[in-house]
Amino acid sequence: MSLELKNVEKKVGIETHIHSTNLKLEKNTINVLLGSTLAGKTTLMQIMAGLDKPTSGEIWFNGENVTGKEVQKRNCSMVYQQFINYPNFTVFENIASPLKITGVKPDEIKQRVGKVAELLKLSDMLNKKPDELSGGQQQRTALARALVKDSDLILLDEPLANLDFKLREELREELPKLFEDRDCIVVYATTEPLDALMIGGNTATLLEGNVIQYGKTLNVYNKPENLISAKVFSDPPMNIAEISKSGDIFKIKDNNVQWKSNVKIKDGNYKIGIRPHNITTYKEGNNSVEINGKVLISELSGSESLIHFTNGKLNWVSLSNGIQQKNIGENTKLFMNVDEFLYFDTNNRLVTNG
Amino acid sequence: MNKTLNQKAWYFVIPVFALVAFNAVVPLMTVVNYSFQETFGSNVFQWEGTRWFKEILHSERFHASLGRQFIFTFIILLIQLPLGIAIALTMPKKGWGVPICLILMSMPLLIPWNVVGAMWNIFALPDIGFLGNSLNSLGFDYNFTQQSGDAWFTTILMDVWHWTSLVVLLSYAGLNSIQPAYYQAAEIDGASRWDIFRYIELPKMKKVLTLAILLRFMDSFMIYTEPFVLTGGGPGNATNFLSLDLVKMALGQFDLGPAAAMSLIYFLIVLLMCWVFYSLMMKDEGRT
Repeated sequence: MSLELKNVEKKVGIETHIHSTNLKLEKNTINVLLGSTLAGKTTLMQIMAGLDKPTSGEIWFNGENVTGKEVQKRNCSMVYQQFINYPNFTVFENIASPLKITGVKPDEIKQRVGKVAELLKLSDMLNKKPDELSGGQQQRTALARALVKDSDLILLDEPLANLDFKLREELREELPKLFEDRDCIVVYATTEPLDALMIGGNTATLLEGNVIQYGKTLNVYNKPENLISAKVFSDPPMNIAEISKSGDIFKIKDNNVQWKSNVKIKDGNYKIGIRPHNITTYKEGNNSVEINGKVLISELSGSESLIHFTNGKLNWVSLSNGIQQKNIGENTKLFMNVDEFLYFDTNNRLVTNG
Repeated sequence: MNKTLNQKAWYFVIPVFALVAFNAVVPLMTVVNYSFQETFGSNVFQWEGTRWFKEILHSERFHASLGRQFIFTFIILLIQLPLGIAIALTMPKKGWGVPICLILMSMPLLIPWNVVGAMWNIFALPDIGFLGNSLNSLGFDYNFTQQSGDAWFTTILMDVWHWTSLVVLLSYAGLNSIQPAYYQAAEIDGASRWDIFRYIELPKMKKVLTLAILLRFMDSFMIYTEPFVLTGGGPGNATNFLSLDLVKMALGQFDLGPAAAMSLIYFLIVLLMCWVFYSLMMKDEGRT
């Protein structure tokens, strides 16, 4: 089983929503579409489901061209950002609805709904209506509806975006387990890099209707093919600076920060990408370089501290563990973990990672 | 901490209180006053107790007009609700068609009621009216001033023309508030068009439809101007609805006492129906 997009393109009027895309999703995989709003995640999913037709290109499923096939005739299910359930059905009826339409026998419906409900911790609320449930439970019901059907393709369009923090964490942990031993392809769209990392599987980074990179999630994270992919897969945003190399001396152009490294690349000009958690208020790793900064703003988020600072003409973002209290305008010393730098050439292609 | 006593806020209530007193309480109490008395003019009144109420409640004339009123309202709701929903479903959801449809739909609602009556009166005249003339030349024996069936037909058609738009606009608003994801989810489930209507659109429109029923019920139950101009309650008493009958009794025959008693009964019926609707609406609201 596989889902393959061949040169799929989507235009609406004069605007191109999806630029020519080739993507092959394999059986039993979870695939994350990672990109900001309007990157084309939802459009891509709708094309995969058959809710929307591509302007050109083909969609192949299991070696069959399904480009024009109606959504009703495909075996897929979808979960949305909004909690979509039939408003006047009970939870049981809601979960059972896709089975009823396909004419499954009542006994089997009861058994299958019961099983899915248990999996999603809904067993106690089968007789309630959606608006009597909390947001998390409503979304669980929608997930149950998608799971009960044994679809070949399960599409999850930012399913956690409308949930509050706690519920999101909880459901995010459960999600990969739900799909573990299912014979299907799962596609999960999200704007948050952290979601992709926690879900694992494969990730496709998207920007403005282009699939930038597709591969194993950790691979995409550790070795982004180019600067765009690295930027999409970094939250808080990645720090980027132009550097020059001669011998084993690396030097940031806009300030005087320099370090030694035995990274084997030719002398010349490069760009480095530094993820915020590799700039910290304490030394980390064996190989670190000092950078002085003037604090612009310092935010605490949970047990982490986000410090924005300037150095030379550049603005930097750093993320340190623990609570690091800094005053605005304060001069401070931070450390960059040289081993974690990503080096890009002047055409923004990755040269080496540390 | 001690609160300082300051009752000046009450002054702000006085204007509203005075206004309501003059336009609601005083007239209503005058009617209540009339309903217990008999008058022969020249401002001489005589106490009659509950006589008028008993008479009205037992009068065949009242039963007849109340019956007509219920039948009329029932037919109106039966036609306008499904028709309004059907039109709303076929209206475009985006593009240049939207403003055109909305303007076309609002137009009948903007026409003054007596103008609607006059328009339809001329429109339906059997000899020169477009509708009347056309029907007659098609071979129908149509004359709304002489045949009660035709009078009913014309009155109902007029009301449908005038008020269906209200149901359309309310339903349209209800339909537009449904997120597109609902339709997509149903499509993925393999639901048919009817399933989508029955299990998504109708439940989602429930609130606006309750409102539409309430509004259409009250308005059609109190209908006066349009049939007054169109048929004047005729032929005979065929379209003599409750409020037409009331005005005939009060002004035509100057039976102030019975007319006052009748208006109070009328008022209580409307109030009762509204309360029933309201509690039905609130019952559902409380469950959610």
